[in-house]
Amino acid sequence: MSNMIYLKDVVTLRLDGDKCSGCGMCMEVCPHGVLAIDKKRVRYRNRDACMECGACSRNCPAGAIAVEAGVGCAAAVINGMLNRQSASCGCFVDPNNPSAGKVGGTCCS
Amino acid sequence: MKVCANDSSNMQILLPMAPLAACAGSEKELSPPRLAQSFVDGSVAGPSGRIPRVSSALTWCDRWGSIKARWGVGRMHYAVDPGLYALGSPDDGSPVLVTANYKMSFDCLREALPGRDAWLLVLDTEGINVWCAAGKGTFGTEELVRRITASGLKDIVKHRDLILPQLGAPGVSAHLVRKQSGFKVHYGPILARDAAAYLDAGLRATEEMRRKTFPVEERAVLIPIELVATLKPAMIIIPILLLISGFGGEGGFLPNMVRDGIFSVWAFLCAILSGAVLTPLLLPYLPGRAFTTKGIAVGLPIAVALIYAWGGDLHSWRGILFGGAWLLLIPAFSAYLAMNFTGASTYTSLSGVRREMRWALPLEIGAGLSGFAALLVSRFF
Repeated sequence: MSNMIYLKDVVTLRLDGDKCSGCGMCMEVCPHGVLAIDKKRVRYRNRDACMECGACSRNCPAGAIAVEAGVGCAAAVINGMLNRQSASCGCFVDPNNPSAGKVGGTCCS
Repeated sequence: MKVCANDSSNMQILLPMAPLAACAGSEKELSPPRLAQSFVDGSVAGPSGRIPRVSSALTWCDRWGSIKARWGVGRMHYAVDPGLYALGSPDDGSPVLVTANYKMSFDCLREALPGRDAWLLVLDTEGINVWCAAGKGTFGTEELVRRITASGLKDIVKHRDLILPQLGAPGVSAHLVRKQSGFKVHYGPILARDAAAYLDAGLRATEEMRRKTFPVEERAVLIPIELVATLKPAMIIIPILLLISGFGGEGGFLPNMVRDGIFSVWAFLCAILSGAVLTPLLLPYLPGRAFTTKGIAVGLPIAVALIYAWGGDLHSWRGILFGGAWLLLIPAFSAYLAMNFTGASTYTSLSGVRREMRWALPLEIGAGLSGFAALLVSRFF
């Protein structure tokens, strides 16, 4: 799905090929085929397809991948700007008033 | 027919603790799931009490619950008790599949495993689906390890393998789970419907099963909740539009309101249709990468077509301002709704959304306010 790529050159994904052990866990968890491994070194296959979910870095035992993980949700960013909780999507439950349910936004269906 | 026990009115009584566990941290409720849940059809013996049993056949109640959740009804409390469940008649060699306690996630998984015996370990994600919960960390290493211990899984199965949905990976560190619990995490396919094939292939997922796509049926199913989200603002905006249309001009208040007000409401509804229905449906075919651009690409032609069809007098100031107002407002609304669809999409990054919003939000607010001003001023001609 080449037409389902978001903005160019914007993601915070950084690789450290020297630390890579070549276990392949990052390739397994990435939902967009962003990474590849050549001779025990991780490399980009399609960097712009990264959605910064953070699955690769969290599952890298060698610490070879860094990314500022987050949810790409405009409603969440707006909620953050309006100081309604931290930047989170609208489907979180307000801990102070759980019965109020969701605060805003439409993601997480 | 079985009575729907999970109807939203009863839901509060049946599940008083489910979404309330927030904030308590390690003090979270760790009691086993109750047998008295509408979808539980029996129980099997466990080392420390009965374990609720479920079937892979969904009932009419389960499906009705999903439909309601898609329309935002009871969606924030659509949860099952966290803990261990038996699917069919599992034994100590049966696979353990992990999921979230959003009922739609739970139902999706069991429905995908007809005729199989397995253990389902349900994490407390506060009624939120796997991917979103993983992003927040509630579907995470800590909760998984805690739930493994609380359920007594070590005494229930001989093996030490867990199958997690791939989209749980943003919250879980497989190597830490192994260190802390002794269980090895296997990331299964993205979609529950591939789970059976994954099991049959000896815990191997094809490349296709590991890619998150966003096909038209997945985009379409999100439209209801997008529409529901516009409902509240629409209830405020529509009366304002009708009221504004009544003032000024030669005719009386009512004839004005009928002539211009009805058009305004139509135009506003078309903007919602553009941003919340057509943009999601046509997403991959629309120009631009930013969702705002895509929303304008649908909204602008609709605005032009609508103003053309309106046939108002574009030689008078009033007509120019009124038409111009909607030429701004429709794309602005559409762009804003399209931009908000980033959260429902499966491929946008936070950095990307922030970059888009830096230019898109001022543009949308600017066009919206100018359009509204033009609408007001048009009433004085």
